[in-house]
Amino acid sequence: MLDKARIELQDVSHVFSTPTSGSVYAIDRINLGVPEGRFASIIGPSGCGKTTLFNIIAGLEQPTQGEVTVDGQNVTGMIGIVGYMLQKDLLFPWRTVLDNICLGMELRGMPMREARERAMPYLTRYGLGGFEHRYPAALSGGMKQRAALLRTLLYDSDIVLLDEPFGALDAQTKSQMQDWLLQLWADFRKTVLFVTHDLDEALFLSDEIYVLSARPGRIKAKIEVPLPRPRTRDVFASPVFIDLKRHCLDLLFDASSPQTH
Amino acid sequence: MSMTLWAPIGQFLGRNTDPAKPRLGRARRLYREKIWSPILPRLVQFGILAAIVAVWEIGVKVGFIDGFFWSYPSAIFKTGMIFVTQGDAFLDTWFTLKSTIIGFVIGTGAGSAIGLAFWWSQNWAGVFQPFLIVFHAIPKFALGPLVVLVFGIGLGSKVAMAVALTIVVSALATYSGVKAVDRDSENLMYSLGANRWQVFTKLVMPSALPWIISSLRVNIGLAMAGAIVGEFISSQHGLGRVIMYAGQTFDVALIWVGTIILSILAVAIYLVVGVVENTLLKGVLKR
Repeated sequence: MLDKARIELQDVSHVFSTPTSGSVYAIDRINLGVPEGRFASIIGPSGCGKTTLFNIIAGLEQPTQGEVTVDGQNVTGMIGIVGYMLQKDLLFPWRTVLDNICLGMELRGMPMREARERAMPYLTRYGLGGFEHRYPAALSGGMKQRAALLRTLLYDSDIVLLDEPFGALDAQTKSQMQDWLLQLWADFRKTVLFVTHDLDEALFLSDEIYVLSARPGRIKAKIEVPLPRPRTRDVFASPVFIDLKRHCLDLLFDASSPQTH
Repeated sequence: MSMTLWAPIGQFLGRNTDPAKPRLGRARRLYREKIWSPILPRLVQFGILAAIVAVWEIGVKVGFIDGFFWSYPSAIFKTGMIFVTQGDAFLDTWFTLKSTIIGFVIGTGAGSAIGLAFWWSQNWAGVFQPFLIVFHAIPKFALGPLVVLVFGIGLGSKVAMAVALTIVVSALATYSGVKAVDRDSENLMYSLGANRWQVFTKLVMPSALPWIISSLRVNIGLAMAGAIVGEFISSQHGLGRVIMYAGQTFDVALIWVGTIILSILAVAIYLVVGVVENTLLKGVLKR
């Protein structure tokens, strides 16, 4: 299973040294692998080092130990390999929506006209039609996140990291965005690693879920989500979903787990 | 507890001491100022101005204001007319305006460039920042005589003074903007495969622009002050020279004329910069 992984983490640990309390383990010996085209989520209590893990996979931070590989190649601490997206949309206010989405293509040296031509169909298809020449300030929160996601997806990388992308949205927009993300994922066939603290969200979207323990973040369990696709909101009431959710909750709030350093 | 203890005294003083009873005694209406019709403030302003001029003029005529030292409105008006119709009013104004604008453009441009350059290396920024701050702390007017010696009594020394006053303001403002560039956006650019030059031109420069713009208004005032001080020290033209010359010849009315023209000039430039600022800002922060 692991050897077919598209992106893989091997024994990744990260230690922060603080002047007051010495060294603090943020994450401890994380092993995970996401196969081609799969949707995997990482879930855990706050302070479990999700963001640290995310930064390491994105190449923004060098882990203290362990390596990140893509197709078997060591890419630890290297940027430009996975596309990523944060809770903040990070759209540039001085660029139009279209030009924001084209940023990745432009940076790779594609002529702006060509990039715009390539991006336009996606804008209309994914609910941003008519807004291409507006500025981000004119968009609603959900639309901004959609634009940010398109920018990430149109960047030529088939691995995408999403760090709580819908965390700041209201419940209704959030569920719309989840449906939309599933549609997008089915269209683009990218390998997705999704970081969230919303259990429903993780179960609804993922093929597999990695449950992390509280600090130091360790993988407590890997849970397969055998819900059939395409999924609708009805799955929330299905027995499989409820069982899985209970199982995850037990894992998340299990205080008796051994705490070794 | 204490409430019941003090209750008799409160009752004696006629206060509402029953905790169950609503304290309507404290209720009051929020004070709101009634806003005048838009022309009224203008009329009042004009009235105040007219009153000052009238008191000044009459005060000198009656004799409780010394007209020799303070001069008086009618004399100032007369001198102003002569200065404009027969003197070098336009030449002097143009000279001051020219050195102000050239100094402003060079100072702001070079200052912004320095601030932006600091983005490239935190180490070198750390090395140069103290120099910048020390230079900022020097009273630049004290450098006036040196500047005139080095750059001569022509336009050069006035421009140099204006640059000296404005460059650090822009550099520090821009550097603040550079430091405020969003780390996540920077990381995002890199993760999308950007090189440093691309991050600089596509993220750092646009993000720092509002900070640069914020220094424009301060700088135009400083540039004018620099130009005038340059003229004070030694010059053949300019409103600063006119004022200096008037002071040396006890022509107090001419001092006022020079000051009034300078003020008008300052307000005019300020308005122009305001317009430039707004257009630039609109370009950056699209709404």
